[in-house]
Formats: sequence, C-alpha cells, structure tokens
Amino acid sequence: MTMLSIRNLHAAVEGKSILKGLNLEVKPGEVHAIMGPNGSGKSTLAHVLSGRDAYEVTEGSILFQGKDLLGMSPEERAREGVFLAFQYPVEIPGVNNVYMLKAALNAIRRHRGEPELDAVDFLKIIKEKAKLVQMDERFLSRAVNEGFSGGEKKRNEILQMAVLEPRLALLDETDSGLDIDALRVVAHGVNQLRRSDRAIVMITHYQRLLEHIVPDFVHVLAGGRIVKSGGRELAVTLEERGYDWLKDEAA
Amino acid sequence: MSTGATANLLPEFERVFARLPGDARVTERRRAALARFAASGFPSQREEAWRYTSIAGLARRQHSVATDAQISPDRARAALAAAGPWDGPQCVFIDGIHRPDLSAAVAAVGLRIRPFATAVAEDSRIGERIAGWGAEELAPMIALNAAFAADGVVIEVADDAEPADPLRLLFVMTAGVRDRAIFPRVIVRAGQRSRLILLEQYLGESGADGFTNTVTQVHAGEGARVAHYRLQDESAKAYHVGNLIVNQERASEVVSHSLSFGALMARQDIHVMLRGPESSVTLNGLYMAEGRQHVDHHTRIDHFEPGTRSEEYYKGILGGHGRGVFNGKVVVHPNAIKTDAQQSNKNLLLSRDAEVDTKPELEIYADDVKCAHGATVGQLDEDALFYLRSRGLDESAARALLTYAFAGDILGRLGIARVQKDLAVRIAGRLPGAAELLEVV
Repeated sequence: MTMLSIRNLHAAVEGKSILKGLNLEVKPGEVHAIMGPNGSGKSTLAHVLSGRDAYEVTEGSILFQGKDLLGMSPEERAREGVFLAFQYPVEIPGVNNVYMLKAALNAIRRHRGEPELDAVDFLKIIKEKAKLVQMDERFLSRAVNEGFSGGEKKRNEILQMAVLEPRLALLDETDSGLDIDALRVVAHGVNQLRRSDRAIVMITHYQRLLEHIVPDFVHVLAGGRIVKSGGRELAVTLEERGYDWLKDEAA
Repeated sequence: MSTGATANLLPEFERVFARLPGDARVTERRRAALARFAASGFPSQREEAWRYTSIAGLARRQHSVATDAQISPDRARAALAAAGPWDGPQCVFIDGIHRPDLSAAVAAVGLRIRPFATAVAEDSRIGERIAGWGAEELAPMIALNAAFAADGVVIEVADDAEPADPLRLLFVMTAGVRDRAIFPRVIVRAGQRSRLILLEQYLGESGADGFTNTVTQVHAGEGARVAHYRLQDESAKAYHVGNLIVNQERASEVVSHSLSFGALMARQDIHVMLRGPESSVTLNGLYMAEGRQHVDHHTRIDHFEPGTRSEEYYKGILGGHGRGVFNGKVVVHPNAIKTDAQQSNKNLLLSRDAEVDTKPELEIYADDVKCAHGATVGQLDEDALFYLRSRGLDESAARALLTYAFAGDILGRLGIARVQKDLAVRIAGRLPGAAELLEVV
C-alpha cells in the first residue's frame, strides 16, 4: 500500500504559484530524496505537507495512508504519523525540551489509543534515544533549541523523530549548516531510524547528504514539478552536471 | 483635577469612627486625612496618574465600611483552603479585621507582631509613623486609608534579627454584604541588618464585590534585607487599590514581587525612596487580566543618594477584553551620582481585544548615572506555535504552554518555593487548554 500519494499538487504563497502539478508516490520502507535548485519549490512542498497555513493548495490532492492529509490540522498530521524535521528549528525560550516532547508523545499515544507515559518511563525513553544522536543529557532539560548551535538543533530534530516514531519523516534541508562531523552524527541517527514500515523523504540542495543517507529514489524538482526521477546515481549526475541541463526539460 | 466625588464616605465616617482604633488625637488625625481625601475625592481619569484607569464605579457606591469580621467556621475553612497551604506563621484578616483564632502564632527572636488596632491603642507614637496622618501631600487614596484604617498589622524586626520563616498576611473579603469597603494598614520596620520575608495575600469569596484600599509601609533600616510578596487574587467583581510605600536606609536591600490576577479593577502603586547611599531595590511584577478585568501598576523609584540601584522587571499577560497599564517612573535626584536604574516591561496580548498601555518615565538630575528602560508588547510567536503543533500538541495546549513560558522567568525570581508553586498553578489554571500543564508545575 502507498504511504504517501501526491497527485497534481498546485500550491501558492501569497498568491504566487510555486508548485505546479507535482506527483509523488512513497511506499513504506522507502527513502526518497527530493533535490532541486533554489526556488524550485522544495521547502514549499515540506510546508504544505506539514500543514503550514501560509501555503495555499489550489489544486490536487495528498493522501497519507489513504486519508486526506490536506483536511488535517498540523497536530492531526503529527498524530497520524507525519514528522517534519525543520530546516530552521524554532527556539522556544521557557519551554523545556523534555516537557515538550513528553506532551507531544502523549498526545500521539492518546490518538493511537495507547496509555500515556509517566515522567519516569518517558525519561528512560528519551535518554535512550539521546544516545542515538550523541546528544548530551544536559540538552534535554534546556529550553527547546534555545542557544543551541546549528548542529545541536538538527540533532534535536532527529532526537524528536526518534522519540515520536513517525510513519513518514520529512527532512527539510537537514544537512544545511552542518559541518562534516555533525552531518555524520545526524545521518547515523537517521539511518538507525530506517524501518520497513517507515518512509523518509529528504529534501536537499546538495548531494553530500545522500552519501550518508543513501536513498532508494532521487527526484529532481524544478519549476514546481518533478522533472526527473531515478535511483541514487541521479544524484551523482546532478553533482557533476548541476541542475541547468534539467531546466530545459522542465520548460 | 478631579470630580471631588466621595460617594457616601463622609457620612460613613461619622457612622463608624467610634469603632476605629485610637484615642481622640488619632480621631482628629483621621478627620484631617478624610478632609484631604474629600478635597479631591476619588481620582478621575483627567488626572495623569489615573488617565488609563477608571474607578468611577467606586464614586457611585454606597460603601459599607467593615469594622468587624463575620464569617462562619465553614466559610473560614474554605477561604483558608483557597489561599493554599501555609505551614509557617500567618495573620488572617476577615474583611480587613484581624482574627487571632484563625491565625498561627509567631515565635521568632527579635520579631514583634501586633495587630494594628492593638498597636495604635497601646502606643501613641505609632501615630507618628502612619502615612497620611498629618501629611497633607499624600495621594487621596492613601489619605482615605488613613481615615478608615480599622486594622492591619505592625511588624517590627529588631536589629540583626533574622526570623527564618516567611510571614503570611492573608486578607479575605467576604461575599454577602453589598459594597463592602475594607481598609487594612500594614507597617513594617526592619531594624539594622535585619531580615524579613513577608507575603501579603488578598483573596475574596466568590462573588465578593467589595472595595479593598490597602496601604503597606516598609522601613528598611541600614543593611536590612526585606523581601515583600504581594499576591492579589480577589474575586472577579472586586475593586482593589493597593499602595506600597518603601523607605530605605544605607545599604539596605528590598525586593518586591507584585503578582496581580484577580479583581475587576486592580490598581497597585509602589513608591520606593532610596534614602541611604548604596541602597538597592528590585521590583518584580506579573499581572494577568482576562474578561473585562483591568490591572494597573504605577511604580515610582526615587534615587536620593549616591550609588543607589534599582531594577524593575514586570510582565503582563492580557486576554479577552483585559486591559493592562504599567507606568514606571524613576527619578534620579541631583545628589544621586552613580545611580544604576534598569527597567523592563514586557506584555503578551492573547486576543485582539486585549490592550496594554505601558510608559516609562525617567527624570534624571544627576551626572554619571546608568539608566535604561525597555517596553514591549507582542503576541505569541506564530513559528513557535506551529512548531509545537507540528509535534502533535493541539493549538490550545500549545498556546497555554507558550503563555506559561512567557511568565516563567518571573516565577524563577520568586524566592519562596511555596509561592512559586502556588503561582504556577494559578497561572496554569487561567489558561485554556492548560490541564496538561498542571502536571509540570
């Protein structure tokens, strides 16, 4: 069964049309990479999938596990199992990392009809998961992303993904702002989270992330549409030749 | 200018003065204070200090001044429970009148606590210390309290004494008597190098629509350290006008926390006079208003001497049609070189109809001073809201969490753990969707 099915998606921001007929099918267990030049609509796709209300869908449909994703609020999407790792994780002063994650996980568990976790059980889980991204426990009790470096923020995103255990994870430019060591840690964390019943969609400008998280499929987004799809070798071609040769195909 | 409206308070004085504490000399002083009040009446919005705050409702009332404390044992128990647990010493007041039977004894070396009525009756010198008794320059609302002050407490801390336990003064306004008017007076004298932690807590029975007009005077002797907490959570129909007057001697340190949640109309004036060199004051505040509530803080700090420091940190959360006012005045007098005065007021508006007026006022007549102020008015961060929702929190829970976080650093400044906890619950209890919050606080 298809996990995510995007059909003829058109989306606009402030009246400006960005996505112009995007199609994408993602099955459980698959890792997809969506690449493309700046302004091609990559981030818009991530925002539309997560339910950001500044983005207006003008045409098309998105089904997630057979349900109409566009009809769901951001929190409903999260509870159904969609997770977005933000390109720019938000700093939230005064809100404790552990508390936020516990509230989030329990909201998701309630939705699934599972019992809520108490503080003790939750701490066990989060400490376990923190190891996955080599995150110091001190960060857990700090305010969400406050004063975190770029790398720490991205690691925190992957930690959240590990705790919330989504069906579909969207990684929006997760490699941006990372040095090579931090990239390895983050990629290692993501690889540990690959599962046969979980799909991952990575949105990235550069091929370098794909050396560490090897995708099953690579798609090139240009002019608001996917103009080429292939295996991981497509990423290598893009690295060598850039995006220009595809713009002609898009036109 | 003002309207001169005094409602029925002049005849009311004739009705009750014989039951107010003090001898004939005290009564004369009360009459003088009443005359001072009558000369201007309740402040009107034409006065700059009351521009944003209307207490016109008070000028039309038929006030019933409380001179005794009537409450059934059941209701007393309920009021104490609503106030939150307190295992330390406390004085309980019903409609402004001390109730020793509901209070908890105080036994600490160097600490003397007397009910106001007792102190005035047995100590004629106390009259000299009552602000408003003989001082014509005072604000009308302080003079009004001076005229009617029926009870309260006089607290004296001996030199070098450091009573360990915080002392709570709990003021309960009862429901049932229409237009109840209550005039408590608290007088604190902290001796040299002494230490005192004091909590004044005001609450009302549900539906209590009375008027509390309270004055607290604090004198901090040389090197004394006084922490003053004020938690106002009266019933949603009450009027509350409070005054805190602080005089500080050399190298004394005073911290004030003004926490205002209740009442339909709440006005708090704080006036600090740094009269001794190297004395310092910190004013912290948190106010919340929702529905049709109105909350106004007017603070004034006078730096009279060199090397004095003041820090002011106020936050407001306004929802519904709630209205907040903050006015922070700092006056650096010519002699007060090396003054350091910092002021910050931050406000969070939770609805389109909520409103806040914030105004810093700096008057600097000395050179070589460091003064800074900042005020902000904002809404919840939409990016943060979305971030939380994208993790599965519903919108109301996300809003509650961010609102609670906004107040968080004020909570962190509270030195009494029990007050901190109590306040956290009070804040969370006011936020829709905050049920889950309660488990963290």
